[in-house]
Amino acid sequence: MTISEDNVESPRETTPAVDLGAEVYDVDNIRTDFPILSREVHGRPLVFLDSAASAQKPRKVIEAETSVYENDYANVHRGVHFLSERATMRFEDARERLQRYINAANSHEIIFTRNATEAINLVASSFGRSMLTAGDEIIISELEHHSNIVPWQFLREEKGIVLKIAPISDDGEFLMHRFEELLSPRTKLVAISHMSNVLGTILPVRDIVERAHAVGAKVLLDGCQAVTHLPVDVQTLDCDFYVFSAHKLYGPSGIGVLYGKADLLEAMPPYQGGGEMISRVTFEKSTWADLPHKIEAGTPAIAQAIAFGAAVDYVTAIGLDRIAAHERDVLTYATQRLTAIKGLKIIGTAPGKASVLSFTMDDAHPHDIATIVDRAGIAIRAGHHCALPLMDRLDVPATARASFALYNTRREVDALGEALEHVRSIFGS
Amino acid sequence: MNDDLRDLYQEVILDHGKNPRNFRHPEDATCAAHGDNPLCGDQLTVYLKVDENSIVRDAAFEGRGCAISVASASLMTELGQGKSEADVRRLFEGFHLLATGDDGEMPSDLTDEMDRLQVLAGVRGFPMRVKCATLAWHTMNAALSGQTKTTTETK
Repeated sequence: MTISEDNVESPRETTPAVDLGAEVYDVDNIRTDFPILSREVHGRPLVFLDSAASAQKPRKVIEAETSVYENDYANVHRGVHFLSERATMRFEDARERLQRYINAANSHEIIFTRNATEAINLVASSFGRSMLTAGDEIIISELEHHSNIVPWQFLREEKGIVLKIAPISDDGEFLMHRFEELLSPRTKLVAISHMSNVLGTILPVRDIVERAHAVGAKVLLDGCQAVTHLPVDVQTLDCDFYVFSAHKLYGPSGIGVLYGKADLLEAMPPYQGGGEMISRVTFEKSTWADLPHKIEAGTPAIAQAIAFGAAVDYVTAIGLDRIAAHERDVLTYATQRLTAIKGLKIIGTAPGKASVLSFTMDDAHPHDIATIVDRAGIAIRAGHHCALPLMDRLDVPATARASFALYNTRREVDALGEALEHVRSIFGS
Repeated sequence: MNDDLRDLYQEVILDHGKNPRNFRHPEDATCAAHGDNPLCGDQLTVYLKVDENSIVRDAAFEGRGCAISVASASLMTELGQGKSEADVRRLFEGFHLLATGDDGEMPSDLTDEMDRLQVLAGVRGFPMRVKCATLAWHTMNAALSGQTKTTTETK
């Protein structure tokens, strides 16, 4: 972490440093790692509460990406020349960092994709088409992001698989007993969020995997939100696939990861054909390269992969446990602060939820809320959060959502609270 | 409040947003269309009763949306009633110019109507919100053209 005191904005109200035993979580110092956080928006200090959509980038990530282009850029796995070797080394080194980050058993179980959406589509296309047949069942949940719904609908159209939906409670809790009722020997895949991007619910994924495996089903976990807020160990979870993207994890956009157990990835046909994924090509027949390259056709996002490695290093250096404790403190504070606002209703109150605060207000639509707080320099999300079926389930057209990252503070929550009081003064009856 | 916020959320807008006029489903509507803004999930249905002389005898709507989209729909249905189909379409063109700030000729014989719509001109300062204001109008246009649905993502 860089320390540059002149960058630290003088707090209006002192944010108590979270006491985490021996070490104090110095959020003001951490904030100086993120250049964008010192900018103003509409003449006010930026308060960025939309990290669940995409997080801001620390200087180390920005520098890692730049340094590739300035010092080590060439295509990977192609040339014998010095720069190609350097780029390949750094690219594969990033893969190993990602492997360690989620504790995968092998680095070749880390497949680079464009994002988590592509990773899910990859599984639907490759695993789904080759290993599922008509009548096989896939279970998803009511709180899924569109990217974990639509690819399975494609598969339903194409293969005649059956899509079943595991329900949640009104509070946003995953209903394990209802899920268990859906499981059967016909269940071939359970594709489910590790953490909800709308409600903040953390799903009991270890139990889900265990029960799914008991009927012989594979499990894909959508870890986009979870990987930024809690330590993930894919071997302990024993999931078959785990997907996440870099941009929510303080890394660049344009790159994500599909983790898959090696035996499954080996059994799956390639997703796309092209360079890098082949072993030998003749006009009669081609044979495939070994993992991970078999599933990574074409030139990958080289600099972005390397910067992704820098992002997980950054998070690891601070420590996910410490980040989680800090975010929990901010979330608890925000929940109290927002609950005090008349007419405001928090959507998603599952026990043990993390870092996401969705809400609605009487008389004010989420878009109007977001527009008004934006003029106070505060970025929140408004809309359906790519989870329209969940909006229907909760019977709301949209929600406003504040999401908290490792750099957010209690005083930013205060700023949000004030701005929401202002919304009330405009719309309140 | 910032000046541009005050421009956007004028009293008239807040009033129509909270108490929309013609918020109903007329049983005798002759055409209707469903409008959808897939970016935000807002949806509304516009109902029109057009007589044999192409006069809009009734205009109404139902749906869910933000203050801007509801107020815009409310004002639109008020202004549309009693007008010829051709005038309603010209009002649509005029409103589109007003909301986007694009160059073009305003309907010169509908100045009173355009004056009333000026309260929505504040959306120009909020590019992400222009579609909120135009959703109802696109939907009305679709209904007049015999389409049953439209979205803000088609031009």
